[in-house]
Amino acid sequence: MSKKLLCAAVCSAVLMPALAAAPAATPLNVGFVYISPIGDAGWTTQHDQARKEMEKALGSKITTKYVENVPESADAERVIRDLAQTGSKLVITTSFGYMNPTLKVAKQFPNVKFIHLTGYKTAPNVANTNARFYEGRYLAGVLAGKMSKTHVAGYVAAFPIPEVLQGVNAFTRGMRSVDPKAEVKVVWVNSWFDPGKERDAAITLIGQGADVVTHHTDSTAVVQAAEEKGKYAIAYHSDMKKYGPKAQLAAVTHHWGDYYTKQAQAVLDGTWKSSSTWGGIKDGMVRLEGVNAAVPADVKQFVLAREKELVAGKLNPFSAPIKDNDGKVRLDKGVLDDAALTKMDYFVEGVAGKVSGK
Amino acid sequence: MDNLALTIAPLVAASINAGTPLMLAALGLLVNEKAGVVNLGAEGMMLVSAITGFAVAVNTGSPTLGFLAGAGASMVLSGFFAWLTVWLGTNQYATGLALSLFGAGASTYIGLKYVGNSLQNGRFGIPFLEDIPVLGPALFRQHPMVYLSLLLCLAIAWFLYRTRAGLVLRAVGESPASAHALGYPVRRIRLAAVLFGGACCGLAGAFLSLVYTPLWVEGMVAGRGWIALALTTFATWRPARVVGGAYLFGGITILTFHAQALGVPVASQLLSMLPYVAAIVVLVLISSNANYIKLNMPASLGKNFNPGA
Repeated sequence: MSKKLLCAAVCSAVLMPALAAAPAATPLNVGFVYISPIGDAGWTTQHDQARKEMEKALGSKITTKYVENVPESADAERVIRDLAQTGSKLVITTSFGYMNPTLKVAKQFPNVKFIHLTGYKTAPNVANTNARFYEGRYLAGVLAGKMSKTHVAGYVAAFPIPEVLQGVNAFTRGMRSVDPKAEVKVVWVNSWFDPGKERDAAITLIGQGADVVTHHTDSTAVVQAAEEKGKYAIAYHSDMKKYGPKAQLAAVTHHWGDYYTKQAQAVLDGTWKSSSTWGGIKDGMVRLEGVNAAVPADVKQFVLAREKELVAGKLNPFSAPIKDNDGKVRLDKGVLDDAALTKMDYFVEGVAGKVSGK
Repeated sequence: MDNLALTIAPLVAASINAGTPLMLAALGLLVNEKAGVVNLGAEGMMLVSAITGFAVAVNTGSPTLGFLAGAGASMVLSGFFAWLTVWLGTNQYATGLALSLFGAGASTYIGLKYVGNSLQNGRFGIPFLEDIPVLGPALFRQHPMVYLSLLLCLAIAWFLYRTRAGLVLRAVGESPASAHALGYPVRRIRLAAVLFGGACCGLAGAFLSLVYTPLWVEGMVAGRGWIALALTTFATWRPARVVGGAYLFGGITILTFHAQALGVPVASQLLSMLPYVAAIVVLVLISSNANYIKLNMPASLGKNFNPGA
């Protein structure tokens, strides 16, 4: 018997019982499906950061896998099924268009848990989640209102869907809560991702008097344009400080790490149940961060105080009275409920322009 | 009046800037198509040249080298395309589509390290002319590439319609068999045209990442390669009309942004499909008209030629 073989035999003799004794210690594999490459800033970047936070929090109890740049087509179903087949016991799909593929695969794998982001359907082994990004937008609006000298903010928006309109409206209400004269100008670029157009739109808005610009599109072009023109910008998705160190007033960012960690822990404990989550600032899923050093301390305090009220439930970005920008009263008492939020199809008072460009 | 002038100058300047990449690519594709080869890989070539140009400019600090590298990278791809289609006789449309998809993936891969970098753009201006009120800020404070692209248009028009080589190139696009019978090297002429088209698409891609949005992010060409392809049809293969079309499409985008920000109701969705609608209308006109040669469509466009057959 050669030395190598002998060594192998001894090693396996020692290790075998150890492996056999701990079958329950097989780590939970969590699979992720990403819509775009991870990149450096944006929607997928935030999910990947969350994946890493979860890995850090749960250590050797889990392993993770991800597939990036998966189109919302038949490919999605293939990738999701592949993850379930190759041992992922929790699969997280991070784009609206993955909703039906996720549900379809989930039916075939009743023992695998699924979490789908930003959809509205659930199943016994499919949970869904989304974040109340508009809460962060409201605070950003308050900050913009305090910092704007021209009383005009510019908003580069992708498509007139409720999620984007919630953001525009919450930002406007935040801004007008501190500056009743404030006006928000909106430019639709009809694309989630076209840095050239996003930049031109931002420059147009700046040219028309906006001294704070923000965006609901996916690139960093708006922040960079603001930096070049010496204006302020509110970044979205990720902290974009390094793209506009002087320009970025603050960033409205997404955080899924805690949520993912809790969900994975529940799977490990065997207590996982399908659920529907729509978390906000209180749940740590949305944050206003990366605040510019140029923001005076009292303004910072003021925004922080609003944030506390929001978390305590004393402040709601959409509390009555709500008037749309045609002057029609949309809500005369109480606060907008979730059903009304998810159907939002109008601009509130203070926004210049029309929703669909019509 | 002063106010109007103040609004119009930036509008014109931005439109020219937005139209320039479309124009550069479309001019190259026009020469390409005049020789009878249609290259649907424009989008992919522009992406690869955008990242190549950006990477070289970031590492060397020289935008000029960036432009050259962008043009070079795109020429390599178009040379490969020419080898496949002109020599091996593969279907031009399928090969072009494959090249586009390849370019999208390859550019993302090459660009991994460069996401998050950005370039500082200097200020440009033509001395004296840039100080003319209204006209100066509108026309004479552009990147040198903008003026070069206009010279390029003149050069192409002169070459195609005033030189013997241009005549031969057009003959190859109209009737490769006749050109071959007259002793012209059809394949080599097509190769040259495709390489030239590649170089122009490369300049367009580099313009995007070096001047228009001085940064690199995946997919940043965002369909401009397809618009450039539509533009050659829209312009009925006339260089001057390419310039007009490119500035028109660039201008419409900028104009809708201004109109929206001013609160003028415009359906921006309708305008973003305009280039394609225009191209379809031209194609319908061409195919319904027996005199289509008057509209300049190269008769053997998209058809491969095999000199041995």
